Formats: sequence, C-alpha cells, structure tokens
Amino acid sequence: MVVVVVAVITITSSGDVMVVDRLVEETTSDGETSLGRGFLQRLSYSLGSCFFAFQDLSLPNGTPVDTSSPASSSSLLNRLQLDDDLDGETRDLFVTVDDPKKHVCTMETYITYRVTTKTTRAEFDLPEYSVRRRYQDFDWLRNKLEESQPTHLIPPLPEKFVMKGVVDRFSEEFVETRRKALDKFLKRIADHPVLSFNEHFNVFLTAKDLNAYKKQGMALLSKMGESVKYVTGGYKLRSRPLEFAAMGEYLDIFALKLGTIDRIAQRIIKEQLEYLVELREYGPVYSTWGGLEVELGEPLEGVSACIGNCCTALEELSEDMTEDFLPVLREYILYSESMKNVLKKRDQVQAEYEAKLEAVALKKEDRPKVPTDVEKCQDRVECFNADLKADMERWQNSKRQDFRQLLMGMADKNIQYYEKCLTAWESIIPLLQDKPETK
Amino acid sequence: MFRSEDNMEDCLLKKIEISVSEAEKRTGRNAVNMQETYTAYLIETRAVESQTEGQCSPVDSLWRRYSEFELLRNYLLVTFPHIVVPPLPEKRAEFVWHKLSADNMDPDFVERRRIGLENFLLRVASHPILCQDKIFYSFLTQEGGWKEMVNETGFQLKADSRLKALSATFRVKNPDKRFTELKHYSDELQSVISHLLRVRARVADRLYGVYKVHGNYGRVFSEWSAIEKEMGDGLQSAGHHMDVYSSSIDDILEEEEHYADQLKEYLFYAEALRAVCRKHELMQYDLEMAAQDLTSKKQQCEELATGTVRTFSLKGMTSKLFGQETPEQREAKIKVLEEQIHEGEEQLKSKNLEGRDFVKTAWADIERFKEQKNRDLKEALISYAVMQISMCKKGIQVWTNAKECFSKM
Repeated sequence: MVVVVVAVITITSSGDVMVVDRLVEETTSDGETSLGRGFLQRLSYSLGSCFFAFQDLSLPNGTPVDTSSPASSSSLLNRLQLDDDLDGETRDLFVTVDDPKKHVCTMETYITYRVTTKTTRAEFDLPEYSVRRRYQDFDWLRNKLEESQPTHLIPPLPEKFVMKGVVDRFSEEFVETRRKALDKFLKRIADHPVLSFNEHFNVFLTAKDLNAYKKQGMALLSKMGESVKYVTGGYKLRSRPLEFAAMGEYLDIFALKLGTIDRIAQRIIKEQLEYLVELREYGPVYSTWGGLEVELGEPLEGVSACIGNCCTALEELSEDMTEDFLPVLREYILYSESMKNVLKKRDQVQAEYEAKLEAVALKKEDRPKVPTDVEKCQDRVECFNADLKADMERWQNSKRQDFRQLLMGMADKNIQYYEKCLTAWESIIPLLQDKPETK
Repeated sequence: MFRSEDNMEDCLLKKIEISVSEAEKRTGRNAVNMQETYTAYLIETRAVESQTEGQCSPVDSLWRRYSEFELLRNYLLVTFPHIVVPPLPEKRAEFVWHKLSADNMDPDFVERRRIGLENFLLRVASHPILCQDKIFYSFLTQEGGWKEMVNETGFQLKADSRLKALSATFRVKNPDKRFTELKHYSDELQSVISHLLRVRARVADRLYGVYKVHGNYGRVFSEWSAIEKEMGDGLQSAGHHMDVYSSSIDDILEEEEHYADQLKEYLFYAEALRAVCRKHELMQYDLEMAAQDLTSKKQQCEELATGTVRTFSLKGMTSKLFGQETPEQREAKIKVLEEQIHEGEEQLKSKNLEGRDFVKTAWADIERFKEQKNRDLKEALISYAVMQISMCKKGIQVWTNAKECFSKM
C-alpha cells in the first residue's frame, strides 16, 4: 500500500496523471519525493485517479476490487482539503497582482502588472519573487494550463476584447477592474491543489524573461500537446453519465441566471444614474426657493444640502456596484464557460473510449482480455471524471463563498447608502423645528 | 395639511365641526341635457356643544360637487378682494409621475381631492373674516337653493372684468412698493414651486424605476435557488426580500403625493396672492385716473375763468376762429365744471379712503397669510423629511434582512 501511495504522488507531481506506464520508472528515479504542504491536497485530489492506476498495475487479470476503501479515504481527505481552504493558514503560495504601469513604445501601448509571489514551497528556489507581466502573458499562461491540464478547470481571464471607443483601455477604472480580475485569476490557480504545481505557472511567477521561455517551450511542449488531442466529432457519445449530464444542465442554468443578474444589475445602475441626474436638479430648486424666503430660507437651504448629500451617497453606491459587483459576476459567467469546456473534453475522451471498445467488441467476442490501449483509454476517462468531479466540488465551494461575499457586499453597500441618507435627513429635522420658537 | 390657528377667536370652527367625509360617483344631466359623470362630496357639519351639556348634537350632511366649490370660491374672491382666499385643490391632476393616473375619476385622485376640499373648507372656516360670510355658512348647511342664493347676491356683477383681462397693461404711476414686491414674490413663488413639482415628479419616476428593477432580483434569485443546494434557501428568502423592497416603493410614493399636494396648495395660493395685488393695482390705477381727470378739469376751469390759454388747444383754436363766447355761456360752463370738480374731489376722497382701507385690511391678511405659510411649509418639510427617514429605515431593514439570508448561504 505504501508503495502505491508514493507512486501516486510521483504521478501527480510530474504533472500528468494519465501517464500510467511511467509509474514504476518514476518511483525509482524520483524516490525522494518531497512531502510539501501541498502533499495532502494533491494526494486527496488524485486518489480517485490513483485508484484506477492501482487497478491497472496490480490487478492485470481484471479481478474485481473492493472500491470502498480508496473512495472513503478520498472523501476524508477532501474534507481535510476543504478545511485548509477555509482558514487559509496552511496555504504556502501567495500571489498578488498590483501596481499597473503603462508602457508606451513606438509599436504599441500596453499595461504591465506587478506579480508578487511569496512561498515556502520547495519547488521555488527563492521565497519571494516579483515580476512584471502583461495581459498577453496571462493569456499565454492560461493556454498552457489548458493544454497541460486538460482534465482540470482553469479559472477564466477577464475578457480580452473590449469595445474600442466605448471603453478606454487605459483609463484608471478599466485598469483597476482588470487588475482585480487578474489577481483573482492567479489566486485561484495558486489555491488549486494541482494547478498550483504546474510548471508553466511556476515559470510565469518566477521567470525574469518569460518571452525566452515561451519560445523555447514551443518545441518542447508540442509533444505534450499530442496527449491532449481528442477525437473531435465523428463519434457520438452513447450516454453521458447522469452526474455529468446534471453538471452540464446545472452550468447552463447557472450561466443563464447569472446573465440575467448581470443585466438586472446594469439596469439598476442605469436607473440609479438617471435618478441621480434628477436629484441633482431637485436639490438646487429648494435653494432657489430659499432665496425668496425670509423665515423659510434656512430650512429650505437645509433640504437642498441634504439632497446634495444623498446624491453623493448614491454616486458612491453605483460606483461600488459598477466596480465591485459587476466584474465578479462576469468572472463567474466566464468561469462557467470554462467548466463547460472541460465537460466537453471529458465527453470527447469518453467517446474515444467507447469507440475503441466497440471496435474491439466487433473484432473478437471470445477474447477474455481487452487490449491495453483500450484499458488505458478507460483509465483516462476515469481519471478525467475524478478530476472533474473534484474540481466541480471545489468550484462549488468557492462559488458559494464568493457569492455569499458578493451578495452580502451588495447588501452592505445598500445599507450604507441608506444610512448616509438617513443621517442627512435626520440632521435637518432640528433645523426645521427650532425656528418657530425663536420668532 | 391644515392646522387650526392659535389666534382664532370667533371663527366658525369653534362653533361647528366640518368634514368632507365621502366622495361618490354620480351620473346626471347637465344644462344642455347631456349625460355626464361627476363626483359628489359629502359635507358633514356638527355643532360643537358647550362643554357642560356633554351630549353630541346630530350631524348635518349634504352633498356638493366640485363646481359648487368653485362657485363658492369665485364668490369669495369677488366679495373679499382684499383677502388671500384659500385655493381649491386642482381640478385635474397635474405634475404627476407616470404611474399616477391623471384620470379625474381615479379613486386615488378623488380621495386626494376629498382631502383637499375638506382642507379648503377648514381654511375658510378658520379665517377671521371669511368664516363670517352668510353664503359660506349656507353652503355648509343648506342643500337646496344655495346656488340661487349666491346668484342673488349679484356678485358676478361686482366682478371686475379688468382683473382677468388685463393684468399687466395698467401703468400705475405711484405703485405701492410693498405690493409690487409681493406681486414679484408671488410670481417667483409660483415658478419655483411649479419647477419643484415638475422635478419631483421626475425624481419619483426614477426612484420608482430603481426599486422596481430590484424586483427582478426577486424572480431570478428564486429561479436560481432551484438549482442550488446549500445556497438555495438563502437565495430563495433573499429573493423574497427583494420583492418586498420592490413593492415598498408604492406606499412611499403614495405618501409623497401628499407632500406634493401640500406644495400644490401653495402653488395655487401664489395665484390668490397675486389676485390681491392685482386688485390693489387696479384701485391705484382708478385713483390715479380720477386724480388726473380732476386736475385737467381744474385747469380747464381756470382757463375759462381767466380767459387765457396756457397751452395750445383745440378749444383755443375754435375760440379764435369763431369769436369769443358770451359771458353767459362761459359762466354756465364754469358752473358745470365746478360741479364736476366738486364731484371729482368727493370721489377722489372716497377712493383714497377706500384704497387706504383696502391696503390696511389686505396687508393685515397678507401678514396672516405669511405666518400661515411659514408654519405650514415648515410642517410640510418636516413631514417630508420624516417620510424620507422612514424610507431610509425601510431600506436599511430590507437590506439587513437580505444580508442575513446571504450570510446563511
């Protein structure tokens, strides 16, 4: 059993869970696998897939295996992993994106962001790194992650294309919104038990010259890319397992509802801004009136000033909604798209497997053992399923936390807005009341 | 809207209680025998018992329609030109935001007008001068024959048609500065309040929009909750709070309409104020015309008596062309003129007296009005601020509830 566990770690740290045949060889050469803090997480994460690897290795004759033990330990470790996420104390990789800078060259103008990394992980030579990256680099990283970790959910990047003329790409607000989204993107990767150990991610965080690596990586990784090729089209999936069908359905509705919320939020902001325009006209009318009056002068001025304060509060509210609420919503819409893509890939892998199985069945029916490449294919499906399920669960958890925070934030902003208006209106009551007695 | 004044001594309100308690839709035939629908309002009056008797006197009630209120007010306006006569509530809904019906038969509008008409009666009944009017009293107490009684007073004959027709055309040489200022003030007051009401209606429109769009959250949260496990309950109940938030605006804006009505009363008061100023202007004009007439007659008389023509005139020309008049003729002319001058002097004296009286009573009433206005508007602003405060508190409450739901997700 112990041997198997070590073998599993080796597999995961190599970054490719599907390369089952390398297992033995790697166990020997990579015997001194570091048991870093990510160990438990990675272990728990890959136990599902390891189980099938284990089956492949030790039970070549296809004897049924008691599945309960790995499954239960998996769920136990998953729970551990969840706890780690909650208190955040066991995190060993901290990444922040800040300090955007504008670069003006003869060819182009672009923004770079500072990416700071603090870590105790052994995979990093230094405990701290600070590099500058531009949007393109983030985009490169995301593509690489998608390529090298096809079974995993890669967090989304903020939209690349912005409507020119409508949005000023170099405006402070736009850059800040994007910075927040990029920060979120890297943090999500850094918190992921598998993605955070990805080699490209490491390079992205640490390399002084990323462009050199990009070029060099091109040739090296083309081989890797092959393992990621799937049968596109051709074979239609016979039946999607129920849980993945449910997942797909869930994501469809989820994205639809978020889209609706996004539209509602935008409508509200629009209505608020129109309300603001009217309020800005409304207040001064009281002031004008106050100019006509003697005794009422002060009270009317008070009302005018009070409406002015409400205007400021409203302005802050819609700014907060625009800058804090909308981007998070959009990130989740993109997130659900990424998730759907992974689901699609999974379906393709399963389709490939089913096609092979059918081909074998047609060839010979009396053969007791299926060929190894078909079995490998089956493993790949199972690994994919396990990874996907784990990612989905993770995603559900972080989604729940994020939305709790987001919606509570929205409620808070509204409460603050009303509190400011309340204070403003309450402050003018004495102004209106005291006067008759002094007359 | 209405608050009885502290300094009223013998006003009608001390003796009877007045209320407009009901409104009823009716159909009938009008003067040209056409079918028409109108609203009738039930006026209830009850004598206030002296405290010792302790028994309630019976309630008298009668129905009046809006046009009768209008007739009453016109009568008061003509009969008491030196009084700032309380205005009637609007005939048609003005300055409404889009959700509010502009239909005269709309129950909300009828209800608001009922309150406005009651307020009008209470204002007249508590006015130191207007409340003593017999016609007003019979308006409250005598159902049949009231219209005839009003018309018998012949008030319409007394109505100065010039008041309506030409307001700005007289050129008064020596205007009373106070009245000029007051007229200017009522113009500005009217324009600022109507501006305020217009913008307020737009503000109400937008606010309504902001709240109602939140109602969509209610629906989408509820739909979303159906596919969520742990988040489901929190979302569902938060959605409910969004529904509450969205519908809370209906009551808020309905209440605000009351504030708008208070402002509208003063918008119409500005017109009443201007009517007094115009009347004063007209009197001043008459006075100046009479004085001018007298001066010219005096001059003519002097010319005839001395036989000199100081200014070149047609009369001088004719006398040169056709020879001198006989002394008898001249005597007779002088006599007529002297009589006219005497008459004119008397007239001028009485006009002067009348004018002084008018200024005195009008100014007293204007002072009374100013006090009433300051008090009323301050109260209106307080109640408006209180409304805003309660709206803010409601908002805080709803969002706090929603936040609690979100926190359980």
